[in-house]
Parts: sequence; structure tokens; C-alpha cells
Amino acid sequence: MNFMNWSSNLNVYLVIGALLFAIGIFGFLKHRTLVGMLISGELILAGASLNFMAFGHFRAADPVTGQAFTLFIIGIAAAEAAIVLSIMIAVYRNYRSIQMRDLKELEG
Amino acid sequence: MNFSPEQFYAFLGALMFAGFVGITLVGALIATSSLRLIRSVSGLALCFVGLAGLYYYLNSPFLALMQILIYVGAVCVTIMFAMMLAELDETPLPWRRSLMVAGGSFLVAAVFAIPLILLVRKSAWMPPPLVRENAGTIQDLGRELLTRYGFAFELISIVLLMAILGALVVARTGRETPS
Repeated sequence: MNFMNWSSNLNVYLVIGALLFAIGIFGFLKHRTLVGMLISGELILAGASLNFMAFGHFRAADPVTGQAFTLFIIGIAAAEAAIVLSIMIAVYRNYRSIQMRDLKELEG
Repeated sequence: MNFSPEQFYAFLGALMFAGFVGITLVGALIATSSLRLIRSVSGLALCFVGLAGLYYYLNSPFLALMQILIYVGAVCVTIMFAMMLAELDETPLPWRRSLMVAGGSFLVAAVFAIPLILLVRKSAWMPPPLVRENAGTIQDLGRELLTRYGFAFELISIVLLMAILGALVVARTGRETPS
């Protein structure tokens, strides 16, 4: 594999996507706060959308498909971030902490 | 070392691609391995800038711009705002335990990553189909978004509206309970 034509090689993008996915899972398990888990979740989504983009560019009959899918992923991720952050603010107000281990009880 | 201009531009392009790959992976590592959340968010922003560069190499400048605009400009800034409101940080565990947690997470991540990478190396993808010249421009994307993907487009806007309303409701009702 030559350094010069990395950017036109499908496998390079797929490996980067797989690595992003794995790093996201690593962070999801390692972080113990809601924000850290949210950040890792964004990384997982980024890995998935890079895969969609790479396949859409190199192997799809219509390259627009991958781009449209990635746009939708970006929209969903933005909605998810807004929801999680507002939940986090509410949790912090009630518990004064966002460590996952402190959130033991659930009250109606 | 004697480069013709064409070779030099190709070399420059390859170098920038390698730089974007490096930025993406280093940013992701910073985002996950740092204990200070502010550093995690900065690493996430770095990772998304690199990812935008990769999208540019995949012939989709619109997606690269959207990546920077929405992720770096909106999502990361929103996370930073929330962190400033709530003063969040991880309390460090005793180092033996944190080493155990990190090692376990690394093992699980490796279990996911290694088969995926092996699969990528082994598999022979279908040959690329015949693609029309200059397909996948911004004009094509806009036309497809409003025709073939029109329904999904409208659904996304409803989801975003609901998310905004839900976020407001959830963040507001917490304010009324005495702490």
C-alpha cells in the first residue's frame, strides 16, 4: 500500500472508520460521566458515517446516497446531543453530580 | 530530489490526507482518554475537523462544510456551554482501579476493532459500477434531498423540532424542584 494513493483507497477509509468506532466504544466504557459518554457516542456515529461516505464514493452507483445518509446522521446526532445535554442539566440540578454511579435512584 | 509540479501537487495532496487521518485519530484518542472533560470536547472538535478533511477527499465539500458547521460549531459549543453551566468533571479513581477500567475498555474495543480491520483487509468488494461523470455534486444532493429523500427530510425536521421542545421542557422542569 503506497502512501501516495492512500486517499483513493477504499480500505484506508474503512480502517479509519473501524478505528473511530473502536475508540468510541473504548471511551463509552471508560468514561464515567454523561458528557464523556455523549462524546464517545458522537465518535461512534462519526465512524459509521465515514463508512457510509466511503462506500458511497467508491462503490455506489449514485454517490448522493452516502452523502444524504451522512447528512441525516448529522441531524440525528444534533438532536441527540440537545436531548442528552438537557437531561444532564436536569440531573445535575437534582443530584449536584453527573457521575454515573451517583444516579442510583429514580423518582417519579 | 527533483519534482515536476504535478508530482509535487500529488505529494502535497497525499501529505495533507495523511495529516487529516492523523488529526482524526489523535483527536479521537484525546477525546476518549482525557480525564478533564474540557480536553475531551476539544479533542472531539479536533477529530471532527480532521473528519471534515477526509470528507473533502471523498468529493463532498458540502458534507465537509456541514461537518464543521454543525459538529464543531454547534454540537461541541453546546457541550461546552453545558459543562460551564454544570461544572462537570470526572473525579479520579484510585489508579489501580482506573487502570483496570481502562484496560477492560481497551480489551472490549480491541475485540470490536481487530475483526473489523481483518474483515476489511480480507474482503474483496464488488467492482465499482459505472458512475455518471461528475455525479454527487451539491446540485445533485439538493435535488435528491427534496425528491427521493423528501420524506426522510421532513421526518428529520420534525425530530429536530421535537428535540428542541423536549430539551426545553426537560431543562425547565428541573428548575422548579427544590434542590
